[in-house]
Amino acid sequence: MYAYDEIDRTLIDERVSEFRDQVKRRLSGELTEDEFKMLRLQNGVYLQLHAYMLRVAIPYGTLSSKQLRVLARIARRYDRGYGHFTTRQNIQFNWIKLAELPDALAELAEVDIHAMQTSGNNMRNVTSDQWAGVAPGEVEDPRIWSEILRQHTTLHPEFSFLPRKFKIAITASAHDRAAIKVHDIGLRLRKNAEGETGFEVLVGGGLGRTPFIARTIKPFVHGRDILSYVEAILRVYNQYGRRDNIYKARIKILVHELGIEVFAREVEDEWRQMRGSALMLDDSMIEEIRSRFFYPAYEKLPHMPDELKKAAHDPHFEAWRRNSVFTHKVQGYSIATLSLKPVGGPPGDATADQMEAIADLAEKYSFGEIRVGHEQNLVLPHVARRDLPALWKALDKIGVATPNVNLVSDIIACPGLDYCSLANARSIPIAQELTRRFADHDTANLIGRLHINISGCINACGHHHVGHIGILGVEKNDEEFYQITIGGRADEEARIGALIGPAVPYGEVADVIEDIVEAYLALRVRPDELFVDTVKRLGVEPFRERVYATR
Amino acid sequence: MPLVKDGRIAADSFAHVGESAELPGDGAILVSAARFFDDPEATLKHNGKLGVIWPNNRDIDDLVPYLGRLAAVALVFPSFRDGRAYSQARLLRERHGFTGELRATGQVLRDQFLFMLRAGFDVFDVRKDGDAVAFAATASRYSVFYQPTGDGRVTALHRRMQLRRQEMARP
Repeated sequence: MYAYDEIDRTLIDERVSEFRDQVKRRLSGELTEDEFKMLRLQNGVYLQLHAYMLRVAIPYGTLSSKQLRVLARIARRYDRGYGHFTTRQNIQFNWIKLAELPDALAELAEVDIHAMQTSGNNMRNVTSDQWAGVAPGEVEDPRIWSEILRQHTTLHPEFSFLPRKFKIAITASAHDRAAIKVHDIGLRLRKNAEGETGFEVLVGGGLGRTPFIARTIKPFVHGRDILSYVEAILRVYNQYGRRDNIYKARIKILVHELGIEVFAREVEDEWRQMRGSALMLDDSMIEEIRSRFFYPAYEKLPHMPDELKKAAHDPHFEAWRRNSVFTHKVQGYSIATLSLKPVGGPPGDATADQMEAIADLAEKYSFGEIRVGHEQNLVLPHVARRDLPALWKALDKIGVATPNVNLVSDIIACPGLDYCSLANARSIPIAQELTRRFADHDTANLIGRLHINISGCINACGHHHVGHIGILGVEKNDEEFYQITIGGRADEEARIGALIGPAVPYGEVADVIEDIVEAYLALRVRPDELFVDTVKRLGVEPFRERVYATR
Repeated sequence: MPLVKDGRIAADSFAHVGESAELPGDGAILVSAARFFDDPEATLKHNGKLGVIWPNNRDIDDLVPYLGRLAAVALVFPSFRDGRAYSQARLLRERHGFTGELRATGQVLRDQFLFMLRAGFDVFDVRKDGDAVAFAATASRYSVFYQPTGDGRVTALHRRMQLRRQEMARP
């Protein structure tokens, strides 16, 4: 965990007071809605179909139990008793009243949480691997750098009115859980030949109307130069990114139109003139940030404690353990994923009661720490293996132990037409229906790893392009239709999925998905050939033939 | 439109010269970039302070050779949502060492004053009277700054390093 100091705290208090003043001026009519809109967006406030929505940042996905309790309280006091975790390590509250927003933000500020730049054309919440700091084999904890970037990007005087939103993600593991290749800037921590820390810098990834996978712009930027390098990218983008068309304003379009080589040269020219500036980090500065991250005092524990041996006889526990428990870098500990994808439930939602119970369990079993992943699940990052059986019982009781992590019913979905004013079609009911179709755990296990991502419109908040199966809601003659893609992925081998056939109406989506899965089971050469690998090997055609033969 | 200079409402000492209007014989004047480039040398001979209004879609490099002879540069925010002039301002101040008056024009609103100050602007063509009156209060709303810019405000990181050194120096 990163511990805020008085300096960080003062800034978010000042931000709350500024926003309170802005809301007051809006309510008095001093600010027009047009002027207020960008101001509220910069503070995470959207106007949705039914009410204002507040999007709160959970920087690099790390939360304390104390913070989670306050999120629960906000859900209960200002919302309807639940919150929605998003694909970018944010939580959204869907029913907040404008006049109450400053109070809600003030309560969040008391536990060092803010909603700054969770929306608007600025640098958004910096995201990272939800296993940061605990994953075996990590280069180093990417949250140190995430925090350095969080601070640097917060209320940046030059880059708060960019052509469009700007997202940065960081990973330090070979297996990318932060989806860095679909971000405006993706940073992969690595060491150079001298053993110094730096980054491979990728640029121009993004989904939306025109999806692109990020390209490497520089294979190694030294850690001390990372702020100046990022600033050079932003400066080129701020001046030359398109502002004439909202759909062409992301940096991916600039990179695409200029070509990666020309863009890289522009950035290099800019960077050469500023790399020696006050942005250069020295070791003591990095150490200053690092020193305010605290780590659990792990005990020396056995890998296979008696409690675990005994519980192995319970098939339900075993099903959960095999599915949701992952290797920790410290012996005797595990990383446990809490599924927010119950059968029939909306993906990523947690009730206030659940959040409070999880906060208690984190205190009891995970050194008071919780993580949020881009797959819209929660994680307890430091669970002693001897505690797994007791933890499982408690998680099961509150409905977050569905053993479907990374399986077909672990669906990513945006809020869709049920909430969102941009959506063309519903997402949540599609996800709910699919979780019911694939509710049988043995079947899901037989299918193996399979990510279904659903977006209710082309803006792609549900990351449909990079779902192993992607579902995109569109509107056709006032009816909800869905385009289905296969073969996408968001990890280190990120790629955009390919369309499998004509769009299908709402009522047929689940049938089509079942047929795609059936086709996969027939086409795979071995049980451990993953869906996405079968698509890669065979292409879309054999799937199309099977699925659309009778349609 | 009120003008804010040195943090206070002030009279505008520069006369805006229209595209086709004749240059006055003397006095401080602001001319458009197009007008300036019609004949830079002739314009620079103007008997009085000269400022250029620089569009936000033209490379600031074009103006750099003349900066030493300009009293003012006015940058433009066609909409407050268009942030290109922030980069131009920082480049003028921090890279090219421009020390003259740097003026923010266009949709200049209260909620961007601080960003503009941090980017190097020191004169503001403010859109609304109420915003101009609130200038000083708005400019001092924040005491913490995460990024180093040319305005010299001490960043959070540097304050922390100072605190740390003080702690270590204490007996």
